[in-house]
Amino acid sequence: MHDSNYAARSPEVEGMGPANTLWRDAGRRLIRHRLSMFGAAILLIVVVMGVFGPALTPYDPNGMDFSDRFANPSLDHWMGTDDFGRDIFSRIIIGARVSLQVGFIAVSVATIIGTGLGLIAGYSTRITDEIIMRAMDVLYAFPAILLAIAIMAALGKGIGNAMIAIGIVYVPIFARIARAAVLGIRNEEFILAAKAMGAGDIRILAIHVLPNVLSPIIVEITLSLAFAILAEAALSFFGLGTQPPDPSWGRMLSEGRDFFRQSGWMGVFPGLAIFFTVMGFNFLGDGLRDALDPKLRR
Amino acid sequence: MNYQYIVQRLLLALVVVLGVTFVVFMIMQIVPGDPARVVLGPYANDESVRGLRDRLGLDRPFLEQYVSWLGSALQGDFGQSLLNGQEVAPQLWGRIGPSFELAMVSLAIGLAIAFPIGIISALKPGSAIDIVATMFSQIGVSVPTFWMGILLVIIFSLNLNLLPPSGYTPIAEDPGDWLAHIILPAFTAGFVSASIQTRFIRSAMLDVLNANYIQTARAKGLAERTVVVRHALRNALINIVTIIGLQITALFSGIVIVEVVFSWPGLGRLAFNAVEERDYPLLQGAVLVVAVMVTLVNLLVDLLYFLLDPRIEYV
Repeated sequence: MHDSNYAARSPEVEGMGPANTLWRDAGRRLIRHRLSMFGAAILLIVVVMGVFGPALTPYDPNGMDFSDRFANPSLDHWMGTDDFGRDIFSRIIIGARVSLQVGFIAVSVATIIGTGLGLIAGYSTRITDEIIMRAMDVLYAFPAILLAIAIMAALGKGIGNAMIAIGIVYVPIFARIARAAVLGIRNEEFILAAKAMGAGDIRILAIHVLPNVLSPIIVEITLSLAFAILAEAALSFFGLGTQPPDPSWGRMLSEGRDFFRQSGWMGVFPGLAIFFTVMGFNFLGDGLRDALDPKLRR
Repeated sequence: MNYQYIVQRLLLALVVVLGVTFVVFMIMQIVPGDPARVVLGPYANDESVRGLRDRLGLDRPFLEQYVSWLGSALQGDFGQSLLNGQEVAPQLWGRIGPSFELAMVSLAIGLAIAFPIGIISALKPGSAIDIVATMFSQIGVSVPTFWMGILLVIIFSLNLNLLPPSGYTPIAEDPGDWLAHIILPAFTAGFVSASIQTRFIRSAMLDVLNANYIQTARAKGLAERTVVVRHALRNALINIVTIIGLQITALFSGIVIVEVVFSWPGLGRLAFNAVEERDYPLLQGAVLVVAVMVTLVNLLVDLLYFLLDPRIEYV
């Protein structure tokens, strides 16, 4: 326990043993966590779909065949066809790329800006802290999807703006987590020692503080990916995110909405794709939280 | 009673509301290019664009625009809708009631589901019901709200013909019809909310059940029911109230989606329509009212938390 903590707080010794042990222990605990491994397996499938999508699709995802509209799931079309005769399975595979792209870019925006602000707030003077955190309180006062819709109303429809909007919405979450973590260690001896040795604030934040607040941020990244994918699906469902003819899971649900009664699979399969992907990130996030929780370390 | 906490919390709420007004004002400022041109479209003539710029005050300095807009908003004047020229404020006031009703019924449904499941699973950790509760909370947070709404409409409205698929009837007009219309949207928002609350209620109860005073109560020979209800639940309630407060913003987020899916005539639906029509004054008004409502509800919850637990101090 003592060794692990020491390792976490001394990034300079990375590669020399204790730091490796910390992350190796967390990795072992994660592998033993069944639900998180189930989540990771789901995500592996989604990532493969996203990366190799065009090579995996049995049909052109935008190819229309009006002689084969509303086809039932069959060996030819595993998930049936939509109102334009497009293959739903192919569109779901390509939709994975959109979901992952939006998720990763939006969460990256939120992580970089939010964590940066949180580190500065936690480490600097009370006035700077108050200004930053009250600004975060303001953003937090808006229901997430409403703020995203409002930002998109200003910036315009489209997948790029959806990424920016979702990213901005999640900035306060990362800022709060990073700040809380910094407050927990800002008066520790190794920080004071670095200051005494003449290290500048930026160096202290980047080299000594950041590695020690990574655990909660990694967990939040995973859980935020789940929420970002849900948010993208909702924005695309409302016609604000992905624009036609590009397929995204939310857009597929929106387009098929009028036909759900006659062809239920148009509503079932894209919804299941969103559900399982989000669940995968949630399971993995929970597993990571348990694996990186200091209280669970032996 | 520590009145300093109440005063500081009120001041904080005021700062947040002021910040909210600034963010809402910025919506129109970050429109790329000329907002008047964006609203009127590429084929509008220069005279119309100039007219709209004048009407919206877009030629004035930024700070002057904000102060003027804020002053009007504080007096309940949100300008006129760009689409129909009507005052925005009366349109907003008419939507607060339906949104508030939906939020409260969703919260009630969420708590009615989450409380028993959370408490029972905490009382029997590792049991079958605990595993079911855990699965329920995981599934609930992973289901897209709009998808669940659609599925419920397909099942209960289109196939079973039990409930109306959309629409709204004021409660004063016909309480039965109001209930029939609110069940599906409120259950959709409440289900997702319940899945998150279940996890927190279980966790809060588990913390309390492991406390020394619970063991003392058991050692005194009190009935298990008394231990759970009078000692454990009462103390867990303090944490649960905080959690409900934290959930309010998320609940309203779900309600915005639900209002669009079920054509519920609330503020979320109004904001969505405003986006579709590029009606910025209407959008600003709707977003501002929702954010202020959320801030006030959070303030009330915080004050309630303070009343429940006198040990709380503002740091």
